[in-house]
Amino acid sequence: MRVMAQMAMVMNLDKCIGCHTCSVTCKQAWTNRTGTEYVWFNNVETRPGLGYPRTYEDQEEWQGGWKLNKRGRLTLKAGGRWKKLATIFSNPKLPSIEDYYEPWTYDYETLTNSPATDNFPVARPKSLISGKDMNIEWSANWDDDLGGSREHASRDVMLKGIEDKVKMEFEETFMFYLPRICEHCLNPSCAASCPSGAIYKREEDGIVLVDQDRCRGWRMCVSGCPYKKIYFNHRTGKAEKCTFCYPRIEVGIPTVCSETCVGRLRYIGLVLYDADKVLEAASVEDDHALYDAQRACFLDPEDPEVQRAADEAGIPYDWVEAAKRSPVWALINRYEVALPLHPEYRTMPMVWYIPPLSPVVDVIKDTGHDAEDHGNLFAAIEALRIPVEYLANLFTAGDPVPVDRVLRKLAAMRAYMRDINLGRDPDESIPAKVGMDGETMYDMFRLLAIAKYEDRYVIPSAHAEQAHALEELATECSLDFEGGPGMYGSGPFGEGSGRPVPVAVENFQMLRDRQTSDTLAAPEDKATRVNLLNWDGKGVPTGLFPPRPDAQAHEEPERGEH
Amino acid sequence: MDTFLWVIVPYLCLATFVVGHFWRYRYDKFGWTTRSSQLYEDKLLRLGSPLFHFGMLGVVGGHIIGLLVPQSWTDALGISHEAYHVVAVTGGMIAGVMAVVGMVILIYRRRTVGPVFSATTVMDKVMYAFLAAVIVLGMWNTIAGSIMTIGGEYNYREGVSIWYRSFLAFSPDASLMADAPIGFQLHAMVAFGLFALWPFTRLVHVFSAPVGYLTRPYIVYRSRDDQLLGSHSPRRGWERTRV
Repeated sequence: MRVMAQMAMVMNLDKCIGCHTCSVTCKQAWTNRTGTEYVWFNNVETRPGLGYPRTYEDQEEWQGGWKLNKRGRLTLKAGGRWKKLATIFSNPKLPSIEDYYEPWTYDYETLTNSPATDNFPVARPKSLISGKDMNIEWSANWDDDLGGSREHASRDVMLKGIEDKVKMEFEETFMFYLPRICEHCLNPSCAASCPSGAIYKREEDGIVLVDQDRCRGWRMCVSGCPYKKIYFNHRTGKAEKCTFCYPRIEVGIPTVCSETCVGRLRYIGLVLYDADKVLEAASVEDDHALYDAQRACFLDPEDPEVQRAADEAGIPYDWVEAAKRSPVWALINRYEVALPLHPEYRTMPMVWYIPPLSPVVDVIKDTGHDAEDHGNLFAAIEALRIPVEYLANLFTAGDPVPVDRVLRKLAAMRAYMRDINLGRDPDESIPAKVGMDGETMYDMFRLLAIAKYEDRYVIPSAHAEQAHALEELATECSLDFEGGPGMYGSGPFGEGSGRPVPVAVENFQMLRDRQTSDTLAAPEDKATRVNLLNWDGKGVPTGLFPPRPDAQAHEEPERGEH
Repeated sequence: MDTFLWVIVPYLCLATFVVGHFWRYRYDKFGWTTRSSQLYEDKLLRLGSPLFHFGMLGVVGGHIIGLLVPQSWTDALGISHEAYHVVAVTGGMIAGVMAVVGMVILIYRRRTVGPVFSATTVMDKVMYAFLAAVIVLGMWNTIAGSIMTIGGEYNYREGVSIWYRSFLAFSPDASLMADAPIGFQLHAMVAFGLFALWPFTRLVHVFSAPVGYLTRPYIVYRSRDDQLLGSHSPRRGWERTRV
């Protein structure tokens, strides 16, 4: 037994209202930079829908993740090491910018600088890739709320096999939202695909990160990840991915997406797992068995044997304690309501989901029946095969049984809690029908519905004796860094030159620059974005020459004359 | 003049090459990348890039053999000049044509595809000019010099190659280069210019060819470094004590 700790997340899809706050705050915190305009570490997809990038789930097309070869051994779906190296000069399975979308900004300056005219001035969309005028044809959530679904949603890969049964009429279809971040897999195929070995899994908390100093831009990780959650920064030529907000996690605060989630649907906590079992579990032959196989890798923190092994593996005592209180562990193993996203990719993903009961509830409500009654709900789960099969395609490699079980639990909880809330005697037969007792069901209700902050996020901080040098806490004054808030600026050789700046400081600077600049998103005078070695010759990198205040002064009066 | 051209300049370029790489690796690891533009455009790249790169691998291999293996060695193996010549020219032509065709496609792509062109830096353009010049001159030497024997026959293995080995052994003999045909002289001169530029361009990615991928385990685990927690190292005097 080799005990390792994994920081994991569970999202309760019933609560997601699709407001995109997580995406926006994540973008503001992490990818608010040139080169990452199209990068959404966190995105929210409407299902049925195409996802982002479009049809990323079609692994026959994109060849992401792992598969079993003829001898039953786990291999990368896109081919082994030799094939990777042979195709390194032109990655055959790299999504192009059209599969994401061409990022744009608006030429707002024409609005403020417009002379008095008969017609309203228009801010035209400008491509952030080529800088030219463009037509906006797609974006990160173009098919939001089933927009254009008649045209697009039928191409949803997960509808394969049930497409003739799903009604795409707007009033009749079911819909829910699926927020996605990097899965921080136990068996990450992105890391396995990286020729440079720049992507690594942190031993302490299992967060998967890209070492920006070792990434050489071979792009194999982008095609290797079946969730397409590694993005290529087209400006720096490096891969970037969701960091699980590790500077925040290290000091015990939740990720930005979780912290700002309006629906409070995200849970963060530790899961202990046996690293020796991962390969075996990922190599299980039957796709349907992968869900159970992955659960079998997880270790019960209450087990004294596990505690001893954790101690031997150097996992601190308070981390094991946190693993005991982990909401993620509870949702996955105690209540068994959380399911992994696409276990069939065999990457052992660690962001799990509680499938939504709401499509079923909505249907009952529309028919005028009592949508809180467990009899009605059970019957509806039985009858409404389409949502169940669709959810099974997402969460259990197509096996409807676990999805069915989870939905029944959620339905039972609704019915059971109604009695309690109305002051009636609780009907103990309801939890018994889904194999639970009343007390456990009540606990599950507390965790799912009340969901207090300290119950949703049980994040043991990294250790105090290391805190001196952690990213966010930095007991040293953060102004002390070379290029701290007071003295930031590109070094003489541009961005990225010199020693790395702590992430928090870097983002602080970028955000401030961005918010105080009144040019396009890629202003040519933005010193921090221009690397002399990669300088494209447009504009003058600030700091190289002294500023010319007179140039600005000349322009202004001319404009005023119009 | 000969000493300046074939001793001083080459050594200056070599020194820039070596020190430049050392400096860039120390100072600009973040900028050390292929800076791929595949995200912008795929179809031309799919054709041009493998052609160019595999062609260049052949070209480089040919140069290593041609420049570093003395004629006496192949003589000792009983390989006749004619046989060597045929093999070298055939191999060189195949690799050379691949590289040239690939390069033409890639330059065409870089110039005509808007996003790719706007992502092209000044350094890229300078590098492209030198690289194209070196390749074209090399092809000219092969076609005009070795096949069509314009300007008389010249066996580079008795001239340029020996000079190159003497150059690497730090006892350069400038007269060997001074006697070489102008085509070879230009080729060598521009190539040295390219070497001097090398560390400051995207060509550095040549030195991160990921051969280690073949032997490393698939999943890399890494611990937060004891000395370097997070991404910033402790200031001098504040390093963590080791027990």
